[in-house]
Amino acid sequence: MDTVLLSRIQFAATAAFHFIFVPLTLGLSILIAYMETKYLRTGDRDYLRMAKFWGRLFIINFALGVVTGITMEFQFGMNWAEYSRYVGDIFGSPLAIEATVAFFLESTFLGVWIFGWNRISPKLHALSIWLVALATNLSALWILIANGWMQHPVGYVINNGRAEMVDFWAVVTNPYGLLKFAHTVLSGWVVAGFFVLGISAYHLLKKNETEFFKKSLKIGAVFALLSSILVAGVGDFHAKEVAHTQPTKLAAMESLWETTKDAPMYLIIVPDPANEKNSVEVIGIPSMLSILAGQKEVKGLKEFPPSERPPVTLTFFSFRLMVGLGFLFIILALWALVKFKTIENRTTLLRILLWSIPLPYIAGQLGWIVAEVGRQPWIVYGLLKTADAVSKAVEPSQVVVSLIGFTLFYGALGLIDIYLLAKYARKGPEEV
Amino acid sequence: MEFQIIWFVLWGLLWAVYFALDGFDFGAGILYPFIAKDEIERKAVIHAIGPVWNGNEVWLITAGGATFAAFPTTYAYMFSYLYTPLLIILFALILRGVAVEFRPKATSETQKKLWDAGIFIGSLIPALLFGVAFGNIFMGLKFDDAGYYGTLFSLINPYGLLVGLLFLFTFIVHGGLWVSLRVPETLAEKSVRTAKKFWYLQAICAVLFLALTAVFTNLYDNFIKLPFWFIVPALAVLCLLGTGFYLMKNKRGRAFISSALFIITLVFSGIIGLYPNLIPSSIDPKYSLTIFNSSSSPYTLKIMTIVVAIFVPIVLFYQAWAYKTFTYKLTEKEIKEEGY
Repeated sequence: MDTVLLSRIQFAATAAFHFIFVPLTLGLSILIAYMETKYLRTGDRDYLRMAKFWGRLFIINFALGVVTGITMEFQFGMNWAEYSRYVGDIFGSPLAIEATVAFFLESTFLGVWIFGWNRISPKLHALSIWLVALATNLSALWILIANGWMQHPVGYVINNGRAEMVDFWAVVTNPYGLLKFAHTVLSGWVVAGFFVLGISAYHLLKKNETEFFKKSLKIGAVFALLSSILVAGVGDFHAKEVAHTQPTKLAAMESLWETTKDAPMYLIIVPDPANEKNSVEVIGIPSMLSILAGQKEVKGLKEFPPSERPPVTLTFFSFRLMVGLGFLFIILALWALVKFKTIENRTTLLRILLWSIPLPYIAGQLGWIVAEVGRQPWIVYGLLKTADAVSKAVEPSQVVVSLIGFTLFYGALGLIDIYLLAKYARKGPEEV
Repeated sequence: MEFQIIWFVLWGLLWAVYFALDGFDFGAGILYPFIAKDEIERKAVIHAIGPVWNGNEVWLITAGGATFAAFPTTYAYMFSYLYTPLLIILFALILRGVAVEFRPKATSETQKKLWDAGIFIGSLIPALLFGVAFGNIFMGLKFDDAGYYGTLFSLINPYGLLVGLLFLFTFIVHGGLWVSLRVPETLAEKSVRTAKKFWYLQAICAVLFLALTAVFTNLYDNFIKLPFWFIVPALAVLCLLGTGFYLMKNKRGRAFISSALFIITLVFSGIIGLYPNLIPSSIDPKYSLTIFNSSSSPYTLKIMTIVVAIFVPIVLFYQAWAYKTFTYKLTEKEIKEEGY
C-alpha cells in the first residue's frame, strides 16, 4: 500500500475515533448548564445532583475528545504536508482561531467547573459551564468553517504555487461551512439527547430513583426531539447546497448516473458502479430528487470522467442509512414524550430507548463518510487531489507503524472509556 | 514592523508560555511517583495540576495552529520531517491527559498503578523530547529543496540530548516548586528538597548549554552582530540563579516565578539566535526555512494579527483569574473529599 492510501486510512480512523467523543460534548454541555441553572432558579437539589451526575459522564468523555483532537492537528503537517503547504494560508487561520477563541475558553472553564464547586459563587459556577457549552459549539464552528472551505473553496486566488486568502469574510460566511456547522452541531445535540434519554431509561427499568430519572428523561426527550427535527430541516438545506456546489457528491449520494430532468427518487436502489448503472431501481417518487436538490435538472455521474467520481456504493448507502436513522430519531423522541406520564411502566419503550444510545453516533459517522468519501478524489473540491496532498518526506513504513500504534492505543482507550462511562452511568447520582 | 516579525515573536511567545505552564505539569508528573508515597499524597499531586493542566496544554495547540496559519511551509515540513519523534510526543501527551483525568476514577489498585505509570511516562517523554527537538532545530536539520535526510537516530546526538536534559531538569524543578505551593506541608517539603537536588543538575546543563551552543550552532551570530540582545540570555542566567537562591532560602513562590521567567528568557534566547530562521538547514543556509520564505500572505497575517490582538489578552485575563482561584493551598480534608 502507498503512503496516500495508508494516510487516508489513518486520517479516517483517527477522525472517526475523535468524533465518537466530540458530538456528545456539544449537546451534553448545554444540558448540564440548563440543569445547573434550573437548580439555581428553583433550589431543587435534584437538579444539582443531575448536573453532577451528567457532569461526571461529560468529563470522562471530554478527556478523550481533547487528547484525540491534538492528533487531528498534528496529522495535517505529519501526513498531509503538501496539503498544508498548499492551503495553509487559508486553512490554518480557522484552526488557529479555534484554539485562541474557543479552545482556551472551553478548557480553562471546564477546569474551573470541575474544581470550583466550593471555591466560587454558585452563579459564577453555573456561568462556567455555560461558557464551556458556548466554547465547545464555537470550536465546532471554526473547525467546520475550515472543513467547509475544503468542500467548497471560496475567497482565494492561486498565487506563488498555493492558495492565498483574499477575502476572509467570504471564508467565514461560506454557506457550505455554515450549513455543515449547523447540521453537525445539531446532530451532536441529538447524540446528547439520546444519551440522556437512554441512560435515564436504564435506571427507570431498574426502578432506581424514578423521580430523578423521569426528570432527566424529560429533558433528554425534549432536547432530542427539537434537535432531531432541526437536524433534518438543516440537512435538507445542506443537500441543496451540495447539489449546487458538489454535483458529483450529490449524484453519488443518490446513485444517479444519467443527467435527468425532473429526477425521481427511488426508495430502493442497488448501485452497480462497474456497469455505471443501478442494478435495482424500484418505487420511484416522481420529481422528488429534483425537488430535494432544488434543481430542475440534476447532473448524473456519467457527466464526469470516472477518475473524478467518488466511490458510489459507500457514499450512497451511508447517506440512505443516515437519513433513515434521522427519521427514526424524531419518532422515538416523540414516542417518549407522548407516553411520558406512564413511561416508568413501559418496559418495551424504555428498552428501545436504552438500545438507541449508539444510533445517533452511527448516524454522525455515516454523515462524515458521506461528506468526506463523497468529496473524493479531491481533498479540496475541484482544486487539489488527495493523491497530491500527502507528505513527500514520509515513508509508507512510518505510516504503517503509526497506524498500528493508533489502532492499538485508541482501541485500548476506547474500551477503557466505555467501561468507565458504563460504570458511572450505572452507579447513578450521588447524594449532595 | 513587518507582520512576519510580529508572528515570529508571537511564535516564540506561544512556545515560551506553553513551556512555562505545561512545564510544571510535566515536572509534577515526573516527580509524582517519587515524592507521593500514599494515596492522599498521590491525590494531592494530581489535584495540584488538575484544574489547570488542560488549559495549559491549549498553548501547545495554539502554538501548532499559529505555525500552521502564519508559517504553513514550516508547519508542513517540520511536522513531516519529524514524523516519528512527534508521534512519540503525541502518544505521550495522550497518555498523560487520559491518565490525569482517569486516575481519580480508577476502581482497583491495579488500575491506579497503571494510570500512575501513565502519568510518569506521559510527562517524562515530552519533557525530554521537546528539548531534543529544539536542540536539533538550533543545530539545523539535514534537508535541502529535495527533501529530508535525517532519521530518528540522527536526532539523538550529544547536543540534542543535552538540551533534552536541560528541559527535563528545568521542568522537574519547576514542577517541584508548583507542587510545593499547593500541597500540604509534609509533602511540600519533600517536593522542595527534590527540586533543590535537581536545580544543581539543571545549572550544570545550563552552563554546558551556554558553552556547547557556540560549538554546535550558529545561535550566537545574531548576538555578536547586535550585542544589545545579550541582555536576554543574561536575564536567563540571572533567573536561574534566582531560582536557586530562593530555593535555598525556601521562598517557594519567588523561586517558582523565577523558574517561570527562566523558561521564558531561555526560549527567547534561542528564538533570537534563530532569527530569521524557523528551521535552519544544516546542509546549506540557502535551504533554511525562514519567516520570510515560509510565511502566509500579508493579508492572512494581518487578519490573524487582529484576531490575536483582541483575543490573547482576553485569554490571559481569564487564565490569570483561574490561576488566582486555584493557587490556594490544599488541605488534607479537601483532598479526601475530592470526588470529581
